[in-house]
Amino acid sequence: MELICPAGNSAAFREAVDAGADAVYCGFRNETNARNFPGLNFTRDEFEAAVAYARSRGVMTFVAINTFMRAGAEALWFQAVDDAVAVGADAVILADMGLMAYTADRHPEQRIHVSVQAAASNPEAVGFLADAFQAKRVVLPRVLSLPEVAKLTASVPVETEVFVFGGMCVMAEGRCSLSSYATGLSPNMNGVCSPASHVRYAKDGAAMVSELGGFAIDRFEPGEPAGYPTLCKGRFRAGGEQGHLFEDPISLDALDHLDALREAGVSALKIEGRQRGKAYVAEVVSTIRRALDAPPSARRAIVARLRSVSEGQRTTSGAYEKRWR
Amino acid sequence: MKQLPSLASLALAPAPLPLIAAAARFAFNGVMRRHPELADRLGDHRAKTFGFDPVDLPFAFVIRPEAGAIEAVRRLPAALDAAASGPFFALLALLEGRVDGDALFFSREIEVSGDMEAILALRNALDDCGIDLPTELAASSGPLGPLMKAACERVRARVLERGAWN
Repeated sequence: MELICPAGNSAAFREAVDAGADAVYCGFRNETNARNFPGLNFTRDEFEAAVAYARSRGVMTFVAINTFMRAGAEALWFQAVDDAVAVGADAVILADMGLMAYTADRHPEQRIHVSVQAAASNPEAVGFLADAFQAKRVVLPRVLSLPEVAKLTASVPVETEVFVFGGMCVMAEGRCSLSSYATGLSPNMNGVCSPASHVRYAKDGAAMVSELGGFAIDRFEPGEPAGYPTLCKGRFRAGGEQGHLFEDPISLDALDHLDALREAGVSALKIEGRQRGKAYVAEVVSTIRRALDAPPSARRAIVARLRSVSEGQRTTSGAYEKRWR
Repeated sequence: MKQLPSLASLALAPAPLPLIAAAARFAFNGVMRRHPELADRLGDHRAKTFGFDPVDLPFAFVIRPEAGAIEAVRRLPAALDAAASGPFFALLALLEGRVDGDALFFSREIEVSGDMEAILALRNALDDCGIDLPTELAASSGPLGPLMKAACERVRARVLERGAWN
């Protein structure tokens, strides 16, 4: 199985390559990708240098162009695809069917991967994208159990790629409106979930209160591990109880299930985290590469140290081991 | 991430601010001169005013990247666009990109306030720059450069050895 690793800047890209990535995925410095955060991402020149660096070491480069095109501004997304193709991206990761159609039409040789943002999670949806746009791989949403991943992988005509480590998003990705509700901006259209421009941290005595778009969404006592300031990770009061209504501030870690994923026929394992620093990328990629090369009994000890760099400093195997419903 | 020993903090308490400011300016100017890409990644945020408060030191710093200005203060003023506080070593490690800012935030080792876009832009810009403090300081030290580099690398190696950095 390929190891697909994140990079938000050139330094992180080199770290990912050096640490053992089979492919590194990144995005351009604009709203065409779902990590459109300030100070992050690649100019075309930086991207060109990154591709050259990766290629010289036998590593592939994928480009996430995985937001949905804004009506009237499609040229920005078309240009991103044209640039990625011209520089030699090994795959473009797309969510918008209009952009897939453009890519398939203008660049029929270009390999298309279906982004998790496309929320293609059943054989009909995946089959359609493969048939209509010659997509070669689908990145599966983080809402499927291991048996569901195996069943889907066996029934679609494309490769499957699954998240195994990093940020935990159990929403219908590409369709989640929580960020839009609070801020007017979304990862789907603007490339930003809970944009920093709408985040504020306030002191309330010794506690820290996180706010998004004017809504207080969590309160952390001194020393209590924190999470990202997203509505889905917030603590709210409802039905007389207070707690994390949507999900806990916690990271995905499916590394106990590597053998099951391999047996399921999964082609690639993805690490989330283009917004993280190069130190995180280096540590996570090298650790997971070691775990992949190690016998199953040794893996847990190898990856245990990654918990300290995870959101909420806790990890879960999430829906892969679905115990609800 | 360990804090500075309290003896070190005590020893630095009487240090005059102009002396601290001069040392900080020396390092800051060197970094800004050698890393023009920092301003590019900061974009419009380079015009913002940032405060950095090492919680284990008796002074803090106010930085305005566009003006190329750094100031040492006893306490951070209220009129800042954004601020970060945490152990001195943690802030230095962030400057060099040796630690992940999100991880330090999740573990509550650093705190941030004010304009989060500006903070994020600065964190991401620094992360990409590949700042190496011994090299930066040596580059501004003229003929004493090699000595400065060796001394700084020794200090950093000791800090890293003690697990205080990452």
